Amino acid sequence: MPPDATATVRTKALVEVEDLARDFDVSKPWLFRVLQGDRKRILKAVAGVSFDIPKGTTLSLVGESGCGKTTVARLVVGLYPPSRGRIRFDGLDMASLTSRAVAAPVRRRIQMIFQDPYASLNPRWRVRDIIAEPIRAFGLIRDRAAIEARVGELLSQVKLSPKDGEKYPHEFSGGQRQRISIARALSSTPEFLVCDEPTSALDVSVQAQILNLMKDLQRELGLTYLFISHNLAVVRHMSDRIGVMYLGRIVELAPGETLFARPRHPYTRMLLDAIPDLEMTGRARTPVGGEVPSPIDPPPGCAFHPRCPLANARCKAEVPSLRTVADVQVACHAVEEGRT
Amino acid sequence: MPLLEVKNLRVEFPTRRGTLVAVDDVSFHIDEGEVLGVVGESGAGKSITGVSIIRLIEPPGRIAGGQVILNGRRIDNIPLEEMRHVRGKEIGAIFQDPLTTLNPLYTIGHQLVETMQTHLGIGDKEARARAIRWLEDVGIPGAAQRIDAYPHQFSGGMRQRVVIALALCAEPRLVIADEPTTALDVSIQAQVIALLKRLCREHGTAIMLVTHDMGVIAETADRVAVMYAGRIAEIGPVREVVKHARHPYTDGLMGSIPSLSHKVERLTQIEGSMPRLTDIPRGCAFNPRCPKVFDRCRTERPDLMKTDGPNLAACWLHAAPGRDEALGHAA
Repeated sequence: MPPDATATVRTKALVEVEDLARDFDVSKPWLFRVLQGDRKRILKAVAGVSFDIPKGTTLSLVGESGCGKTTVARLVVGLYPPSRGRIRFDGLDMASLTSRAVAAPVRRRIQMIFQDPYASLNPRWRVRDIIAEPIRAFGLIRDRAAIEARVGELLSQVKLSPKDGEKYPHEFSGGQRQRISIARALSSTPEFLVCDEPTSALDVSVQAQILNLMKDLQRELGLTYLFISHNLAVVRHMSDRIGVMYLGRIVELAPGETLFARPRHPYTRMLLDAIPDLEMTGRARTPVGGEVPSPIDPPPGCAFHPRCPLANARCKAEVPSLRTVADVQVACHAVEEGRT
Repeated sequence: MPLLEVKNLRVEFPTRRGTLVAVDDVSFHIDEGEVLGVVGESGAGKSITGVSIIRLIEPPGRIAGGQVILNGRRIDNIPLEEMRHVRGKEIGAIFQDPLTTLNPLYTIGHQLVETMQTHLGIGDKEARARAIRWLEDVGIPGAAQRIDAYPHQFSGGMRQRVVIALALCAEPRLVIADEPTTALDVSIQAQVIALLKRLCREHGTAIMLVTHDMGVIAETADRVAVMYAGRIAEIGPVREVVKHARHPYTDGLMGSIPSLSHKVERLTQIEGSMPRLTDIPRGCAFNPRCPKVFDRCRTERPDLMKTDGPNLAACWLHAAPGRDEALGHAA
């Protein structure tokens, strides 16, 4: 990406991610390797991802399992250290936050909502303690009564009753638990929420409640979202901009409306064609063959070339980089050369 | 005569705190070669309905009432030994997780051959040749070599293809597919759905497709039954149910699904959540969440009744004078 094209966006972006990468060592234990003569095996979960998120907007990352979208989410909140690349939050380099004293005020402004509301709430804690944990951890409010009042306020904000604070997580349904997760995330008054498949474990009618709530909160509190999902319809509903990921890279990054009106990357087109939709009863379609290759041993060149109808010799040899075309960034030799 | 007829099916789970009714007075039919979709949210009883038909319901769950009639013959009361021949030969089954359907200790060829020999009584050579043909048919590359591979050597999508071959190889008239694509990625899901549709059309097999994914149903099914709290809320041709839902629950459900083809500012929201089986409300089970609720809904339980379209809906809104008759059996 040329630096001048993004310079104007940079000034307003709350989150800037540059060439972010993360490798995982999935080798067998040392002794086995020596005895069997195996080499180290490195899984490149994220292989160089760049994006900006302007304040108050939603960027979604979408892709199939194993594409690295969850790893990006975890890198951005700092649950994993990156192998390469830079994350800037409000102009501050996250790698420079080495001591707890400098990190805490920044960390407070970033929170995360997880996929599984059954696993992400401590079953032994009362809901009010779960929600108050970030308040106590960051020392935001000292007075007990004031904390209680704040928890009640947060519960009402996510459309639960302040009395629910007395209960334990098992007394709530999946949708209500996800509301509790949201209340907990909001308790440190963050500006940036990373949401990793927040509705994937929920039924559709409950999903609608949570998505509506998240949109309302974004409007009321001016929140910025990084939204991770495999469901393109949900992503379309939530996002201002969408990044499509395939095997650790962003292959297309575009405003939501543009992506759906005119998908450019062959993988994006395949995904859009593959998804069953209510409007498409009796539609005949052409499913693309093949499966996602293993990220441990990705194909050379463009990782999508074995499944791509437009692939040629260049695609097999050279990794395409993200290029800007109008308001869209796309990483594809075929699109660049106009072979479509 | 319909291929399968389910009349007033009732499935109970006795518990220490009383009996839970998971499926309550459910009636529907499936015609030869037809695809009936069954949708609903978790706990609606859609899977239990499916497994009850082939009597694979796990104890303590039991069929407490009603009839299941396949080709004019009741199969809900025949001995289990006889039922084993119905399963596979007359009704095939595809479940969500292909790993639990396939036996990890046998090659997939062995499992296909065994199924065909049990139900079709054909010789070793013939069975193996057919097994290879089936694997080619479901799109396994290099079928002649892969036939001697074990399930763990296949990817998730490939395993589900093997399961489809296994369900269809004894040439049943009906396949019950319970969330067949839920565990798969979208691009693989599309391949599997297309495959299932093609094979069933070629062999004239009817499908009962149980899923929570309305998109899959909209694309695959001829008719659809929407279940809520153990009962059918609405049943009718798929286009009518999706576009002109007659039951407020179906209407809300369709509105709550984000669409790919257009963007709305807010999704329709059904307040609350599905009741637990321990406390299903009196009257219509949907009444506490229903935006159109009135007095009768709170006291009297509606059965499926005629509406102004081809759908049947279990909703008092459609109880106009003259068509007050409940039509539970006609479904």
